[in-house]
Amino acid sequence: MSAAPDLVIGVLLPDMLGTYSDAGNAVVLAQRARWRGINAGILRITADTSPPAGCNIYLLGGGEDTAQLYAIEWLARHRALRHALSETAVTFAVCAGLQILGSTLTDMHGRCHAGLGLLDLTTAPRKRRAVGEVITRSALPQIGLLTGFENHRGATALGAGVSPLGEVLLGVGNGAAQQGRRPGRKSSSAGPSSSRAIEGAVTDRVVATYLHGPVLARNPALADHILSRVVGREFPDSHPPDVPDLQDLRRGYLSPTPQRRARFRTLLRTR
Amino acid sequence: MPVAVRVGRAAGWVSRRLGIGAGVVIGGRVTLALAPSALSRLAAGRQVVLVSGTNGKTTTSHLLAAALRTAGRVAHNATGANMPDGAVAALAADRDAPMAVLEIDELHLAAVAAAVDPAVVVLLNLSRDQLDRGSEVRAVASVLAGALAAHPRTVAVVNADDPMVVWAASQSTRASTVWVSTGGRWNGDATSCPRCGTTLRRGVNVVGSADGDLWRCRCGLARPVPEWVAAEAAAVTSDGLEIPVGLRLPGRFNMGNAVTAMAAAAQLGIEPRRAAAAMSQLPDVAGRYTIVTYRGRKLRLLLAKNPAGWAEMLGLLDEPRPLLVVVNAREPDGRDTSWLWDVPFEELTGRPVVAAGEHAADLGVRLTYAGIEHVTAADPLAAIALLPTGDVDVVANYTAFHGLRRRLIAETAGAEATT
Repeated sequence: MSAAPDLVIGVLLPDMLGTYSDAGNAVVLAQRARWRGINAGILRITADTSPPAGCNIYLLGGGEDTAQLYAIEWLARHRALRHALSETAVTFAVCAGLQILGSTLTDMHGRCHAGLGLLDLTTAPRKRRAVGEVITRSALPQIGLLTGFENHRGATALGAGVSPLGEVLLGVGNGAAQQGRRPGRKSSSAGPSSSRAIEGAVTDRVVATYLHGPVLARNPALADHILSRVVGREFPDSHPPDVPDLQDLRRGYLSPTPQRRARFRTLLRTR
Repeated sequence: MPVAVRVGRAAGWVSRRLGIGAGVVIGGRVTLALAPSALSRLAAGRQVVLVSGTNGKTTTSHLLAAALRTAGRVAHNATGANMPDGAVAALAADRDAPMAVLEIDELHLAAVAAAVDPAVVVLLNLSRDQLDRGSEVRAVASVLAGALAAHPRTVAVVNADDPMVVWAASQSTRASTVWVSTGGRWNGDATSCPRCGTTLRRGVNVVGSADGDLWRCRCGLARPVPEWVAAEAAAVTSDGLEIPVGLRLPGRFNMGNAVTAMAAAAQLGIEPRRAAAAMSQLPDVAGRYTIVTYRGRKLRLLLAKNPAGWAEMLGLLDEPRPLLVVVNAREPDGRDTSWLWDVPFEELTGRPVVAAGEHAADLGVRLTYAGIEHVTAADPLAAIALLPTGDVDVVANYTAFHGLRRRLIAETAGAEATT
């Protein structure tokens, strides 16, 4: 039989937080690791199990409100896992996963719930649900444009302890500004960019985003970034494994519908 | 009244243009607002059965209509126009039919039920479908629960194997609920309890129940004991009857649909054996499962709209024949293609596959990560030529299916005209 995997990807609560097919992100990470000769395995960690704390990567997906509150309580209860998320592993969180890791979460009835407190961010409901295609320019190096689909009702305000994953060129993103950062930080070159909407949250242990699609299938560079954090080195081949339809996929999503294309071009020109 | 329908459609168009909503919802609402009595006037004095749920509405309503026609005329929205204006059109098309079978979109069930005062409501299942419309599965279950609660005397025929619809039906005190074990395969949305959120335990032996997919939660929500069970090729009732059911439609899930239709028909006095005989004649369902000959090869056309439906359709592909998969992402399909990653495409190993449709690239990327060799061609008819010779299975989602079917009908008719 095959040896124990060198890299273990734990999908947390797929029975509750799988609304937007987020387990696809695990498939992408595992395959891209295997294509580079790393023996990777996926572990589904359901609510009725005692969660292992030794995974290299943990994934948290999107979910409905009830499931979200249950997930916070469940993660807080399993202390070894919580410790792994904050100290040893790399965590990739999508949508509800992002909100769960924050410090507070206000529900539709105005009640404020404590989050897991791993990310310095707070989430409150928006007036309207944000639904549609998103394009961001990633703040992480070597990643470029990110494409994904957002579908959330949260407005997430980042605190000073996290950085955004990207700035929004199309769509809503976090739907709130970052607190404690003054606009015009990059004033000399980027002018209007400081007032631009931001998306996601990043720390040295966590990458979190509202984008699904699944986002790592649409953006393999982000998948490789997460893998390189675990492996401890960059992959020399920036897009090595041949995914034949990927160029077409990205071209399709990165050149939006005609009415939006004009606006998108303007945004690109300001860079 | 037609004016009201037209104004409703216009409102739907405005809604879509402004990006406020999906259009269909507001369109139906405006129609009903302008002519609130249209549906109730058309339904008055008839026995109406409403069929709702994520998957199987069209097939179940066709099976049920076939069963009821053994007793008289039946008005039926046979093309799957399952919004309130579709219901109005079906009832208006046959004003003398004493019975009506209407498949109804889950979010419109309450409004339609309020208008038609149904004799029977059939709830099939609930799973993820077009989430970019902003409806979460549990929220839809709450809407269905409200619809049933407003009609306590209506008989509810409910899938006992689907925790979501069981939860919806259990929230009101009912004169009569008929539980049917359909043996559903997909449970990706229902592994946590819809009532309390904790993990559902499955495989628990519930004393006194028939065989089936048993489940129970510690909060008390549990699989009810079914009166009807869909077996391999028969309906088994709790009073010991076993009625053979031989369908021309393929698949275990269609046995579930048929037994559900039998249970509903029985409420209107149709003897189960007579229902089974009538249902066994149904060759296809609004083009689904049809076999079309195109350029000398037979194509079997299968429609799937969401992960649960895809799992069912891929399960039908028993022979390793060449396969054409077609995926669009227009509004009726849902704009978000994430669901592709919940479809077990890994099962397709060992057969030639072509990925086609307006979102062929998304499908192609998914297939590559699933380890499935394939070629990609956006145009589905051009894609067929890329497959090795032999008969072809086609699985397509909603607009892809109807677009391809229209073109096949046009091409086939053209070929006949020239020969």
